Amino acid sequence: MTTTSLTTSRGAGRAGDKVFSAATLAAGCLILAVLFGVALFLVIQAFPALVASPDKIQGGEGFFAYIWPIVIGTLIAAVIALVIATPVAIGVALFISHFAPRRLASGLGYVIDLLAAIPSVVYGAWGAAFLAKEISPAYNWLANNLGWLPIFQGPASATGKTILTAGIVLSVMILPIITSLTREIFLQTPKLHEEAALALGATRWEMIKMAVLPFGRPGIVSAVMLGLGRALGETMAVALVLSSGALTASLIQSGNQTIAAEIALNFPEAGGLKVNTLIAAGLVLFVITLGVNMIARWVITRHKEFSGAN
Amino acid sequence: MTDTLTPVKKRSALTKGQLPKWAPYLVLGIALVLGAAVLALIGFNALGWGIVSAVFFAVGLVGWSAAVEGSRRAKDKLATCLVVGAFLIALLPLFSVIWTVLVNGLPGLTDPGFLSTSMNGVTGAYDNKSVEQGAPVVGGIFHALIGTVLITVLATVISVPVGLLTAVYLVEYGDDRPLARAITFFVDVMTGIPSIVAGLFAAAFFFAIVGPGTKTGAVAAVALSVLMIPVVVRSSEEMLKIVPNELREAAYALGVRKWRTILKVVIPTAISGIASGITLAIARVIGETAPILVTAGFATSINYNVFSGWMASLPTFIYTQILNPTSPSNPDPSSQRAWGAALVLIILVMLLNLGARLIARMFAPKTGR
Repeated sequence: MTTTSLTTSRGAGRAGDKVFSAATLAAGCLILAVLFGVALFLVIQAFPALVASPDKIQGGEGFFAYIWPIVIGTLIAAVIALVIATPVAIGVALFISHFAPRRLASGLGYVIDLLAAIPSVVYGAWGAAFLAKEISPAYNWLANNLGWLPIFQGPASATGKTILTAGIVLSVMILPIITSLTREIFLQTPKLHEEAALALGATRWEMIKMAVLPFGRPGIVSAVMLGLGRALGETMAVALVLSSGALTASLIQSGNQTIAAEIALNFPEAGGLKVNTLIAAGLVLFVITLGVNMIARWVITRHKEFSGAN
Repeated sequence: MTDTLTPVKKRSALTKGQLPKWAPYLVLGIALVLGAAVLALIGFNALGWGIVSAVFFAVGLVGWSAAVEGSRRAKDKLATCLVVGAFLIALLPLFSVIWTVLVNGLPGLTDPGFLSTSMNGVTGAYDNKSVEQGAPVVGGIFHALIGTVLITVLATVISVPVGLLTAVYLVEYGDDRPLARAITFFVDVMTGIPSIVAGLFAAAFFFAIVGPGTKTGAVAAVALSVLMIPVVVRSSEEMLKIVPNELREAAYALGVRKWRTILKVVIPTAISGIASGITLAIARVIGETAPILVTAGFATSINYNVFSGWMASLPTFIYTQILNPTSPSNPDPSSQRAWGAALVLIILVMLLNLGARLIARMFAPKTGR
């Protein structure tokens, strides 16, 4: 009798095991490599622009002077989008998780998800052709009545193609992201907490205020951060909607520009150092969104044991 | 002893101090009438009527509730009104977008030859003629359709094996090792890469490897895979995780090797979810504009070769037709083509979304319970 049968087995199966596990490992490592490759190649291609003499960069005052107005513009557009989208998204998420009739809830959730399915270029076209036209009377009203605020300083753009319009379109695009994440978290509120609140005589709103919102707070924060990441990097809505220009404080005049739109508008025709400058701008955008996303993910993992959200 | 309780017509003590059930409907009716009256004074439009009536409804209901039921219940009513209002506000842009695309896109889509011709040789002169003399709008999106299909298929061919194998590693081999945790974290981070940065990465990569100015369909496919892989990993991982462990253990107990267990038991069980996740990932990248813009350029003629030459795609076609009309003096034919292409794109995306749901339902494993 040989004692091989249990401890050793022949060729094919074991080799298959090794090949397969190696393949899965390689695929996983490839993803890490791609992410580092993104950073590496962006740095390599951006390097000439970062070290070039200031007069060769567009604007003639160096890369920093070129990049900071569009960084500010990017932040302005993203903040407008967040200010509009966050309350609406939380409201929609609460509606689907706690207010809508049970039978309708998942169908209504699917309707909101449709918002995420519409391609960004279609949003851009809609914003440019429909929303900008419809909203410009409101800008005139703002300029006439609230013109003393720097952000509503007139004269309002006649076409409505302003950073505020771009921000509104962006808010529509990030709404489904924030909604779907917060909805998941609201649904995970422990049933016992909710029922305890109701049993003590709380109204539905008091129950939400005492049980659902405190439980969901880290989830809301990270969902908003992820929405921010998306709004920062969104290209088409801004490129098509905004008639860009120099940095201005007024939100209802044409002007301002975002990094992503700047790249999209100029990259196809760019050559020479301009390509490097735009890639460097992309690198800046990458670093900003990476930071925002990593903070958001960190918040989620830190609260994983409570919320189970991931 | 045989006293029977006679039904009392009085309102129960439990429901005293509450608004009657029909209160919201009454307030809604009054609000609609009042809203119509106010709008009649300043000029009627449907959206304004809806908004004004909604405000009247909220104020009326909350005020009445505050008077009858006290401040706690009034706050509850206010919160309900706000939450429902948020949902209705969220629906507005959805319907507005779909309506705008339908109305503007149908003339373009029903144009003969729109789906079967390209923009090769279509110049501003044709567009001027169609505006001035009423000639039919020429040119179509065939080249863009071909480009979109080829680029997306290539991106899928790259992303699906990588994404699926990574998901298998995370679920079956990872065991919460540092590497597995790092991959999970960075996959999540990758989901947040702006699409234009993915395009710039592919462009920078090929500029460095092949030569400056390389713009082909393959570069665009690489850019789209960067966006697609994390989506495939996440959805496949979720699906593999919910495969019951009993199935794996039964296979091991029969002496089946781990890799055969995964290929023959685990993946077939989860295939419906995986396939629908992949379909959703395709739907997500098929509408991406920015990465294709910086990696594939814009072509006006048909190009079947993804490895050489510029390539058009539906999103970049829409973008260029709107921003740089074929005839700058008469942009209408260009915008008609752009909206037609937008309609085709939305239909494609919706079909993919619908397909994902059907796949999930049709191939769902029979649980037997």
